[in-house]
Amino acid sequence: MIDVKNLKKAFGDHVVLKDISEHIYPGEKVVVIGPSGSGKSTFLRCLNLLETPTSGTITFEGTDITDPKTNIDKMRQQMGMVFQHFNLFPNMTIKKNITLAPVQTGLMKQAEADEEAMRLLKMVDLVDKADAYPNQLSGGQKQRIAIVRALAMKPKVMLFDEPTSALDPEMVGEVLDVMKQLAAEGMTMVVVTHEMGFAREVGDRVLFMADGYIVEQNNPAELFGNPQHERTKSFLAKVL
Amino acid sequence: MEQMYTTLKELAVGGGDLTFFQTFFVKFYQAFIEADRWLQYLNGVKTTLIVTALALILGICLGLIVALIRTAHDQQRPGKKNPILGFLNLVAKIYVTVIRGTPMMVQLLIMSFVIFSSSRNFTLVGTLTLGINSGAYVAEIIRGGLMSVDKGQMEAGRSLGLNYVQSMRFIIIPQAVKAILPALGNEFIVLLKDTSLITVIGGKELLYAAQGIYNRTYEQMFPLLGIACIYLLLVCVLSWLLGKLERRLRQGDRR
Repeated sequence: MIDVKNLKKAFGDHVVLKDISEHIYPGEKVVVIGPSGSGKSTFLRCLNLLETPTSGTITFEGTDITDPKTNIDKMRQQMGMVFQHFNLFPNMTIKKNITLAPVQTGLMKQAEADEEAMRLLKMVDLVDKADAYPNQLSGGQKQRIAIVRALAMKPKVMLFDEPTSALDPEMVGEVLDVMKQLAAEGMTMVVVTHEMGFAREVGDRVLFMADGYIVEQNNPAELFGNPQHERTKSFLAKVL
Repeated sequence: MEQMYTTLKELAVGGGDLTFFQTFFVKFYQAFIEADRWLQYLNGVKTTLIVTALALILGICLGLIVALIRTAHDQQRPGKKNPILGFLNLVAKIYVTVIRGTPMMVQLLIMSFVIFSSSRNFTLVGTLTLGINSGAYVAEIIRGGLMSVDKGQMEAGRSLGLNYVQSMRFIIIPQAVKAILPALGNEFIVLLKDTSLITVIGGKELLYAAQGIYNRTYEQMFPLLGIACIYLLLVCVLSWLLGKLERRLRQGDRR
């Protein structure tokens, strides 16, 4: 579904991603873990070109999205993204937050989008907040809305950039529950997270990144139970 | 009252002694009432307000265009630079530098005596100059406002598949307006007072009216203090209105 070849990304002289090649299959749940500064978020942000790769190619369903001639907006409409800091639009109601993109991109009519928004809000149990503004919501509620906002575009893949890192501990669970539900429905997901429990439970495959490389990858049971690489072992010893 | 004025005036001309209040009355009458002079002030105020409004509209239009060009240019993805945008950005940069780097008075004189030297409509030339001048400052105010919106907002918009223009229009600009308003209000007030400068090229606004009157009566204090009060009053009303607008916009935060 997403094919990454020899991806490199540098910010000025600082090389963040050194040489990443990876393939994400349809329906797969890939969890990316690693110490901070290892390039996890940059890798994820390259997948929908929020960061422009320095070199290498990223192919999404057969289209090279790193090609400047590709209409990146069309590609992004098929890739949902959830941010660490939610990034809800504070100047709009929750419902408007959800319906803005589907309506403006011509995916749905307003009435249709409204209906879809209510269906999605029911899914995350926030129907009563439809006409509220983001500032009236708790962090966990905001992030659930952010997930729903991305889902409203009916994406083929969902990218999660540390979705629970900015939350109070008691709110992490409600967001992870939504993500688990999504996983159960068969959504293709790439998740950068520090929630090892989530990685173990939901992940089909766990990538361990350090210093701009994917150092090691395996299914969660193997990676957590029997890490091969020194770097992985020391990281896991610290976080588990 | 007219009679009283005539009597007192004659007395004064004849070398008679007037009390403080009598002198005050004569000068006040001369400055504002004699020959319906208050009408000249009123016309001056009218022109001042029209010039301010037109210059403000021109300034905001110019400023918005320049700010959007410069912001769009700076936010281009590396390796995908648009040459047309690069050229426009250069023009915008030169515009802001030249306008902010030269005195308003000099700009007025150049516009009036060099560029539009054949035009007799001094008020219009003055309005145009004020608008162009204001545009440069407004551009920087708007640019600052657009940049003050969290980067994540644009990323969120783009990640949903909205294009740059849509993200700007629905997400960034509405949020920037709130941040811009106080500075824009300040610019508005400066502009209102700067209209007095167009007098130097013969623009017929409030100060021009006062000058016309004291050139006739040889009594400067009352006309000048009078228009100072009028400017002050106008600015007070304006700030009050702006404050109201700001409070209304801020109510959104507490919802």
